[in-house]
Amino acid sequence: MTLSATLDSRSQGQEQAPLLQVTDLVKHFPVGGGLLRKESPPVRAVDGVSFSLGRGETLGLVGESGSGKSTLGRLVLRLLDPTAGSVVFDGQDITTSRQSQVKPLRRRMQLIFQDPVSSFNPRMTIEELLLEPMVVHGIGTPTERKRRCVELLDQVGLASSALAKYPHQFSGGQAQRIGIARALTTDPELLVCDEAVSALDVSIQAQVLNLLKSIQQEQGISFLFIAHDLNVVRYISDRVCVMYLGKLAEVGGSDQIMAEPRHPYTQALIRSIPAVTASSSRVERIPLQGEIPNPSRPPAGCTFHTRCPLRFDACDQDVPTLHERDGSLVACHLYRPEASA
Amino acid sequence: MSIVQQSDADQARDAVSTDGSTPPPVARPPRRRALLRFAKQQPFGLAALILITCFVVMAALCPWLAPYDPLEQHRGSIMLPPSPEHLMGTDDLGRDVLSRTLYGARTSLLVAVFTMMLGGVVGILLGTVSGYFGGSWVDTIIQRVMDTLMAIPSIVLLLFVAALLGPSIRNTVIALSLLVVPQFNRVTRGEMLRIREETFVEAARAIGCSPWRILTRYGLPNLLAPLFVLGSLVFAGMMIAESALSFLGIGTPPPTPSWGRMLSEGSASLEIAPWIAFYPGLALSVSVLAFNLLGDAMRDFLDPKQHR
Repeated sequence: MTLSATLDSRSQGQEQAPLLQVTDLVKHFPVGGGLLRKESPPVRAVDGVSFSLGRGETLGLVGESGSGKSTLGRLVLRLLDPTAGSVVFDGQDITTSRQSQVKPLRRRMQLIFQDPVSSFNPRMTIEELLLEPMVVHGIGTPTERKRRCVELLDQVGLASSALAKYPHQFSGGQAQRIGIARALTTDPELLVCDEAVSALDVSIQAQVLNLLKSIQQEQGISFLFIAHDLNVVRYISDRVCVMYLGKLAEVGGSDQIMAEPRHPYTQALIRSIPAVTASSSRVERIPLQGEIPNPSRPPAGCTFHTRCPLRFDACDQDVPTLHERDGSLVACHLYRPEASA
Repeated sequence: MSIVQQSDADQARDAVSTDGSTPPPVARPPRRRALLRFAKQQPFGLAALILITCFVVMAALCPWLAPYDPLEQHRGSIMLPPSPEHLMGTDDLGRDVLSRTLYGARTSLLVAVFTMMLGGVVGILLGTVSGYFGGSWVDTIIQRVMDTLMAIPSIVLLLFVAALLGPSIRNTVIALSLLVVPQFNRVTRGEMLRIREETFVEAARAIGCSPWRILTRYGLPNLLAPLFVLGSLVFAGMMIAESALSFLGIGTPPPTPSWGRMLSEGSASLEIAPWIAFYPGLALSVSVLAFNLLGDAMRDFLDPKQHR
């Protein structure tokens, strides 16, 4: 079975264990319940996801709203407790550890938010915000911490005069730089970027993306980059996971997925990217019909069959699993080994 | 209040030292800086602060300020209208209303301030914990106790405490605190439930902050605003409740003057000698107004979004 080999980091010559190994991760949110109301089926936000992330690698995670991307990001950081499955960070299973055992690991993994301003305590100055992670983890002396704050701001291109200001005094792009600076205070090995550039102007997006890229090159941080914008994901990622309704639809190298999408869902996503230059060779744009189904009552068989233009008999009966196909992994009956053989 | 000013002063000092890359020596005492900024931004708050200071000075210095002994009965001059001899007139026992009003500030402010401190601290503490762990058994236990306290009619509760402990100023404070705790608890819990879902709390957890740190550094500072408003309302309520207690004979023991007691005693002869109730009533209204204004001003002052 080459499945596990493909699931693992694709960086050549990397023999060591991946930084992050996620296996069959499931998160169900209970709905309703209580004394008088009958409990309805849980929302299956993440429903059996496996992937791995090597050191210094960037894994893009794309999907529509409601596909479970953000939940997956929270599970990886153990900000949520999973229903089943495991997350192994640098050899330690963080899903079964106690919170007190996870705390030292929090130093090594950080989160960047979509809306940086709301992720800052409005009553703290930027200096206090940047000091906080160092204080919590007891890093350095007060003067060292202070110097580090100035360094970090310099690294993300902000003047040290920002230290005395409050978060609401900054624009979105500046605030996201501060968010990045804050995530870097503890020298993390893993950064989860949850829609980190989605709320920014296109020109600012490019700046922030370049900043993230240069930081990665300097410090070799692994990124889990959650986004819905395929262009952004292609730009920054080595590999891409496409998520649909809590499951992985396709996993592959980012250039490969963009050039040759296999899964009908990926194809639809890529076709829906608005192109500025009108190219005649472009495939005719077939917009996805309808909305993502209710995740507490997912369709039987392949969860995508209700909206799939290429569905056939097997689609609403059997659940497709990830299979290798020319170097990518696809969960679609069209590419079943027996079908292709 | 002093705690809040202190933390704000710290921020002000931090702001000074972070202007350059090297921390310069502290030029001015931080407390004075914060006070200056408060005066500049909140003129009404400043006026309220001055008024409250006046009342506190009055309460502290009344033995020297009062022209007569507040308990001394001038049998020959009963219910005299205001005159140069008795600036605020005399009451039905011939006691000087001015002296009694000055001494009354002592009792009323003492009861209101200590009730706020005791009831407020306990209520806020329980409310914060209850809200942060909202839905868990800790929350349930605290809220059911609060329900019980709120379900008992306040007069019955006060009578019970007074009967148990006997009438004195200290016991009045304890009894009134029991009324204040659930109010602060509920407001704090509601705010904490809201703050708990904020992104910055999730960010704090992602950094590795302990629940205690999240409560004190992220929760409390962000729920102060509605508490200042509630505090100023409760403060007024406490002064009035104190008078009700005294009226029933379970609050401040009789000869001791308090604004509430003077008000209720004077109301009997309002038509023939209005000054007996008017002056303590005026003092009560002005101090309540001052505390309301100060509460409002503090709320605005502590909101970082109001800073330039």
